[in-house]
Amino acid sequence: SVNPDLASERQTASFSVEKLTALLDGGAEKTRIRRAVVKAIESDPVFSRENQYFQTQNERYEAAVRKAVHLQKKMHEMGWTENGPEYKYIYRALSGDVAFQLHRVFMRSISVLGSDKQIAKWIPLATQHQLIGSYAQTELGHGTYLQGLETTAVFDIATQEFILNTPKISAMKWWPGDMGRSATHTVVFAQLYIHGKCYGIHPFIVQIRSLQDHSLCPGITAGDIGPKMNFEHVDNGYLLLKNVRIPRENMLSKFCEVRPDGTYVRQGSQKINYFTMTTVRISLISDEVLTPLMKACTIAIRYSAVRRQSKLKPGEQEAKILDYQTQQEKLLPQLAAAYAFHFINDYLQELFDRGYREIQRTNFDMLPELHALSSGFKAVITHHCTAGVEICLRACGGHGYSLLSGLPSLYTKILASCIYEGENTILLLQTARFLIKCFMAARAGQPVPPSVTFLAAAKPGKCPAKSKLDFLSPDIYTEAYQHVAVRLISSTASKLQDLIQSGLKKYDAWNQCTVQLVQAAKAHCHYITVKNFAETVEKLETKAGIQRIMKHLCDLFALHGIFSNTGAFLHDGYISAAQMDMVTASYLDLLAVIRKDAVPLVDAFDFTDESLNSALGSYDGQVYQRLYEWAQKSPTNEMSPAYEKYLKPLLHNTLSKL
Amino acid sequence: AAAMSMNVDLRRERAAATFQPELLTHILDGGPERTRRRKEIEALVLNDPDFQHEDLNFLSRSQRYEQAIRKSSLMVMKLREHGIADPEEIYWFKSFVHRGRPEPLDLHLGMFLPTLLTQATPEQQDRFFMPAWNLEIIGTYAQTEMGHGTHLRGLETTATYDPSTQEFILNSPTVTSIKWWPGGLGKTSNHAIVLAQLYTQGQCKGLHAFIVPIRQLGTHEPLPGITVGDIGPKFGYDEMDNGYLKMDNFRIPRENMLMKYAQVEPDGTYVKPLSDKLTYGTMVFIRSLIVGDSARSLSRACTIAIRYSAVRHQSELKPGEPEPQILDYQTQQYKLFPLLATAYAFHFVGAYIKDTYHRISGDINEGDLSELPELHALTAGLKAFTSWTANAGIEECRMACGGHGYSRCSGIPDIYVTFTPSCTYEGENTVMMLQTARFLVKSYTQVSSGQQVTGMVSYLNDLSRQRIQPQHVAARTVTVRINDPGSLVEAYKARAARLVEAAAKNLQAELNHRKSKEDAWNRTSVDLVRASEAHCHYVVVKLFTAKLAEVSNTAVRAVLTDLCLLYALFGISKNAGDFLQAGILTSAQITQVNQHVKELLAVIRPNAVALVDSFDFHDVHLGSVLGRYDGNVYENMFEWAKKSPLNKTQARKLY
Repeated sequence: SVNPDLASERQTASFSVEKLTALLDGGAEKTRIRRAVVKAIESDPVFSRENQYFQTQNERYEAAVRKAVHLQKKMHEMGWTENGPEYKYIYRALSGDVAFQLHRVFMRSISVLGSDKQIAKWIPLATQHQLIGSYAQTELGHGTYLQGLETTAVFDIATQEFILNTPKISAMKWWPGDMGRSATHTVVFAQLYIHGKCYGIHPFIVQIRSLQDHSLCPGITAGDIGPKMNFEHVDNGYLLLKNVRIPRENMLSKFCEVRPDGTYVRQGSQKINYFTMTTVRISLISDEVLTPLMKACTIAIRYSAVRRQSKLKPGEQEAKILDYQTQQEKLLPQLAAAYAFHFINDYLQELFDRGYREIQRTNFDMLPELHALSSGFKAVITHHCTAGVEICLRACGGHGYSLLSGLPSLYTKILASCIYEGENTILLLQTARFLIKCFMAARAGQPVPPSVTFLAAAKPGKCPAKSKLDFLSPDIYTEAYQHVAVRLISSTASKLQDLIQSGLKKYDAWNQCTVQLVQAAKAHCHYITVKNFAETVEKLETKAGIQRIMKHLCDLFALHGIFSNTGAFLHDGYISAAQMDMVTASYLDLLAVIRKDAVPLVDAFDFTDESLNSALGSYDGQVYQRLYEWAQKSPTNEMSPAYEKYLKPLLHNTLSKL
Repeated sequence: AAAMSMNVDLRRERAAATFQPELLTHILDGGPERTRRRKEIEALVLNDPDFQHEDLNFLSRSQRYEQAIRKSSLMVMKLREHGIADPEEIYWFKSFVHRGRPEPLDLHLGMFLPTLLTQATPEQQDRFFMPAWNLEIIGTYAQTEMGHGTHLRGLETTATYDPSTQEFILNSPTVTSIKWWPGGLGKTSNHAIVLAQLYTQGQCKGLHAFIVPIRQLGTHEPLPGITVGDIGPKFGYDEMDNGYLKMDNFRIPRENMLMKYAQVEPDGTYVKPLSDKLTYGTMVFIRSLIVGDSARSLSRACTIAIRYSAVRHQSELKPGEPEPQILDYQTQQYKLFPLLATAYAFHFVGAYIKDTYHRISGDINEGDLSELPELHALTAGLKAFTSWTANAGIEECRMACGGHGYSRCSGIPDIYVTFTPSCTYEGENTVMMLQTARFLVKSYTQVSSGQQVTGMVSYLNDLSRQRIQPQHVAARTVTVRINDPGSLVEAYKARAARLVEAAAKNLQAELNHRKSKEDAWNRTSVDLVRASEAHCHYVVVKLFTAKLAEVSNTAVRAVLTDLCLLYALFGISKNAGDFLQAGILTSAQITQVNQHVKELLAVIRPNAVALVDSFDFHDVHLGSVLGRYDGNVYENMFEWAKKSPLNKTQARKLY
């Protein structure tokens, strides 16, 4: 039965939860398909995650491999295909807890970077799982800065082979998933040398393990890189190459080819390839970043409606912790952010689909903008959502610290997203570079991409709000965000120019402005997110209370951003001290309003108990019972040898025998 | 790994420092003699083969527990062998043995024994203390329940007195009343001090402490009526058997209630304790430990991140030149140096609280409790302020190490998971901030009614002078000189005054609108927390600044002054809105502050490695491949990875 404290929260919902779920899914039909996939996966015991918190790294890895193999069978059985509508829900249903994901990256890199001949040779082998692929780019010494990679591939004309080497320890491939134990092949990125000349980084297909007995191939040293904060189910690996020879045909050669005589030929435009890299950053947002935040909000908010602590009114029952303003101030902005980023993700997906169509028509005009947006938003969303999950974790007090809450593993997993696919600070600086360039162009009257036209139109002024209610107007706060973004971009641009004019080299000037540049890039992305949220709300149907509650969340997201960064808005007096008090008042009022719908708002994310895998967050709210029963299953409750070996002598005062 | 020479980058960094790190280490330790003694104790552990073991990252939770309990038993014996008895020296020894991690006897040594000392009658001490001291009894302290943590009055466990048998009957009447979390309870202890609501003669007399045997001496089996076990896997604390305890009509003799203060007589008559302020003393002491722990944990993370940033080279700053150390990037300095300054600030705050506690604990023993409320309020806030900041700072250090920070070989994941519960235990941080706020509002109210307040809140006295003019407190002009720490203290003071006043006024406005005090308090609590934070921030800046005057060595004082300025200015930069809104600083000044922060980054850069060397963490204690003193990072990452358990079993089986 449902805990009455949760049941009562659901009775007073101001909107239709089912309708909101459909909106999030992109239509009721998609909700139906998603639920069918989730049901099929969760009803199959092989995919159960119930014991995962008790498992060792080895057990987690083995389970993930078992699931990956079983999934092939399942897909066949269910008639799901890689191009079908069900496919994208499988990963969500498995909560990512499955091996061989790099196999997919291996295949995609061959499809994108390989010649037709290479595709014809390798893709069928990979599809039929006659080999297991990985993707070896990052090295011990180099990550985001690809030009710095040190692995070498030297062309040997005599044998028509490339000779691959790891010339020093920092050149060892380090981190690639599925490579520590599983992969038989991998795409190695290495500096290409022909006749002693370096041609830069190129991809090569390298077999690393025998297809017969899985032993390492000659010249290969590979293994697992050891325990990490999470991803226990993945065998992230290292790879050391010593005079490994591969045929000339193993260099992926859609864009660059080495002819038998050693001639290096560049062909076609790499821009489409560049675009593919860019899209990866956007494609990870939904499953790897938004889902964890939504799950964390679900767990923390449901638990806060069940947990009672201390009294708000003398003589009454202890209050739900969700009724404390400080608790609302922790959790509700995270909930609003989850919705804000969901909508900006929709916007970005659409933009990238459009970009893809343009690029196929060989129109590359959108590329710089898409690149800047994908970099900036990847950084801003991963950073914000990671912080949000941590806030949810800490908002659950002691019980949040138990693995059985589900929160620690959500946190340790999402935080990796701040680093992979481009370290966040570096990505923000790339966005900043684009913004500065556009700003200069706009000031010179040249055309700029659509997302930054406001840089040209910006005018000085003051915030016109006169009361706290004015701050619930999207025009008022969107304008304020725009103002701050323009101010930060333009002041950094002038600072850069001043430094250069004072005689500094360009790169020195750039490094001296990087802290400001990062702030400007963040402000830009924050502005676009607020603007997009407000525009999305505007377009929603007014029925079923959806638009009203989304408007509240949009207001909360915007005002929370001002409240937590007052300095930026007060700086040039755009918002006055008195107006800032209005912002605060409006913001705090909103917390109490959204509080009433908090549980229905997380219910709308529609996570099953199996997928939350949390004693605190289950739908029925039977928190304590579940926690108690689950803990008793912990393997640590089996009698351990520690008692006989150490405790007994200790208690019996025979310490000296130890 | 074989003996390797020091990484050239680190060697160069150390050669370029403008001060002697040992001198700063002495200041952190409280004098050269303390440093010498600390290192002596450290050597006792490091040179003892009994305390060596393989990297804990490769062990399962059960194995880590076993390793910890093995070391704990030896530790107790060897402490006595070496004649170490001073509490601080015991703390050092313990933390070297366990490398800064928790251990199963923590609660026995840190709570069970001290509670016996302070709350047991002489008769009870005779019965329990020596057996506990000799480890025939291992005890824990069972306070927290599933349903209640910081809010102690809500605890549900009952102890009902039965005069006919002169026993207490202990019960866990609901699921939520099951004791949950106590360290050492899951597998190690055979006794627990249980906090329960005392019922006698049909009346509830509130929370009291009882000594409860839970496991059979000899067999270690749970006693009839006791259900006890481990609460399962956690974020960290792998070596600790945090446990649960459920009691069903479990009877203990009347003499097992700790009766130094409150008492239950044989017929069931209840005798009240004299004062409840006494328990403040223990809380102040434990919270002061957490402030010190915030400083140490953040220092460890900074040591790792800064050394690694001096060793790691990446990308290019100048075209055609070799890849620079990542510590040369402004964004990296901006992440790490303010945290380094914070670690120093918190060290001095921790030392201040400890000294103050020791100073006034003499008064407490003589019955003078006048200074306790302020110290209690202050430490509540500082516990929250420092642990929140350190918690976030450790994560920033990890992030600053990029991908390798995510590997457990970096050591930072472990520092984080070990440290982060201190935001919750010994008083949940938000609740702590609100306790401080209660004191601030009370002080404000006193000032408003014409009384003077003393101590750290004395700046509120200025408000009464302001009241003569119909002016906002903050409208008074503070001439802030951004190069002068003393002047920045004034700016922080003005900010705290402004936010305390604003919160107090908002609270009053809510009270005027609504019926209940609690409701008004709740509706102002976000403001109140902000006020407390501003107050704590002021205290930290003030104490750091005050410390500078005590430093005699010019070179050391210069570098500490840079750090102090960075700490204060970075705080202003991050909270610019507060200073702008209150009119304490103008926009032009904020721009100068931002600029000066960046200049200070460049000033501190040459001393960064020496400043973390001064923390003087031994490699074994640091537990980090990235943070090794010799900087040989990559070679040792490879060595470390080869030991991973995943490389011991073959995948061929699965294949």
